[in-house]
Amino acid sequence: MGSFIQYTLQGLASGGFYALAALGLAVIFGVLGVVNFSHGSMYMLGAVGTVVALDEFGLSFWASLIVVPLVLFVFGVLLERGLVRWLLKLDPLYNFLLTFGVTLVIVDLVKRRYGSSGMPYDTPAGLRGQIALGGLELPTYQVFAALLSVLVCVAVWVILVKTRVGMIVRAATEEPDRSRALGVNVAMWVTPVFGFGIALAGLAGVLAAPTRSVTADMGTNFIIILFAVVVIGGLGSIFGAVAAGFIVGLVEAFGQAYAPAYAQVLIFVLMAGVLLVKPTGLFGSGEHS
Amino acid sequence: MPETTLSEQLPAGQTGTPVLEVSDLSAWYGEAQALRNVSLEVRVGEVVTLVGRNGAGKSTTLRSVMGLHRHISGNIRLDGQDITSRTAERRARAGIGWVPDDRGIYASLTVMENLTLPPVVDRDAAWSLERIFEHFPVLHTRRNFPGTKLSGGEQQMLAMARPLRMGAKMLLVDEASEGLAPVIVTQIGDIIREIKKSGVSVLLVEQNVNFASTVADRHYLLAEGEVVESLGNDEFQSRLEELLHHLGM
Repeated sequence: MGSFIQYTLQGLASGGFYALAALGLAVIFGVLGVVNFSHGSMYMLGAVGTVVALDEFGLSFWASLIVVPLVLFVFGVLLERGLVRWLLKLDPLYNFLLTFGVTLVIVDLVKRRYGSSGMPYDTPAGLRGQIALGGLELPTYQVFAALLSVLVCVAVWVILVKTRVGMIVRAATEEPDRSRALGVNVAMWVTPVFGFGIALAGLAGVLAAPTRSVTADMGTNFIIILFAVVVIGGLGSIFGAVAAGFIVGLVEAFGQAYAPAYAQVLIFVLMAGVLLVKPTGLFGSGEHS
Repeated sequence: MPETTLSEQLPAGQTGTPVLEVSDLSAWYGEAQALRNVSLEVRVGEVVTLVGRNGAGKSTTLRSVMGLHRHISGNIRLDGQDITSRTAERRARAGIGWVPDDRGIYASLTVMENLTLPPVVDRDAAWSLERIFEHFPVLHTRRNFPGTKLSGGEQQMLAMARPLRMGAKMLLVDEASEGLAPVIVTQIGDIIREIKKSGVSVLLVEQNVNFASTVADRHYLLAEGEVVESLGNDEFQSRLEELLHHLGM
């Protein structure tokens, strides 16, 4: 029972990284129609940024939780304004290729500056060791990461459900053209939504820094799993992205515990299974083109 | 199609101010031409239908006027202003209301959110929520339901109420009666007459010619992307059999 809860917690913690990043990927795809291949590199920048913030600026983990996503928000805004926007009227494949190119450039620049080897980052003081919960000793940082991810996802959900901005984002995510035909100013929200999506990937990276090996390539594997998450959840479904993020995290954690050699394969088996049973994903309507 | 001017195409007695003027509208899907020099006019408070068989170009005309189909040539004017180059969003803000054939109801939004999502573009013309609920009481009852949990008829009412809430002056309605039970079609007809009474103009794409003849003032008959005939409702009703045969409907 104890190890079951531990694997569940571990799954929720890494699922939280996927959920946060997939949430960003889903809102960007919904509002802009862009499959952002650079999302993995933004996650990596979040993690590398956290290490660099400490090493070069003495910024604590707690400060990085705020500052790094904010910096990535600005970076996302510049990326959208400077590059992505100009290709929005063309076939979505162009922006897919553009963001793929951006990934290559970012990864190489990070390698050039910080090398290819892992950058160590200690678990922040106060989140080290174990915490006693219901008679079980659980890693404090994993509890924190899982809780914070859930909290951020809930906060984003509240914004999406309770505010006018959220209503517009939900409508634009479901049917961007129809929203325009109803006079909704979707264009006004394109830049902030892109920045916000990137910031979420960055936040996932900050949270991952103390638990994962921080390298320039850490986003490469991440983006592949992230695409699986989005496909499982249903392309264009915000709720689906979050739910599938946590599901994939759990599959990965239990896979690593009981069949480590197949931990990642299981994710893609799950994806194939979902596609066979429900080609639009668990929560996708299939109407978004 | 015989060469006629717009005024020649209009039946006698229709001399109101045009809200929507479409001139020489042609549209393409890739290489295939879907519309050929379509010209039409809708006046203040008029209900005008586009009638024709499947593939005649009715929905393409509507989508082109809304700005959703951009591979076009020709000229579109709203209240005398050229809106041909404007985006769909700017056309909506200028007062064109869109009621798509699939109703266009958002699954992730409640009925109330579906109603309040579009901006109010004309405060004087916009229907208040009270007025909307007075005319569509079922929307009030189900205001907190997800939009797609409504029945087909209720979704059609929501789709028509939405542009009225915006204050649209020109409604583009695609297949209002499609797939609805006869009793609901009668209700939709009453709503269109109510909309007309409030001075809002309606351009309605309709395959159900019997329904079209109960709500419209005038009709444009489309075949193979061209307007083949324009006639008033009296003439339309008297020649219904002949027209149905001619259009192959």
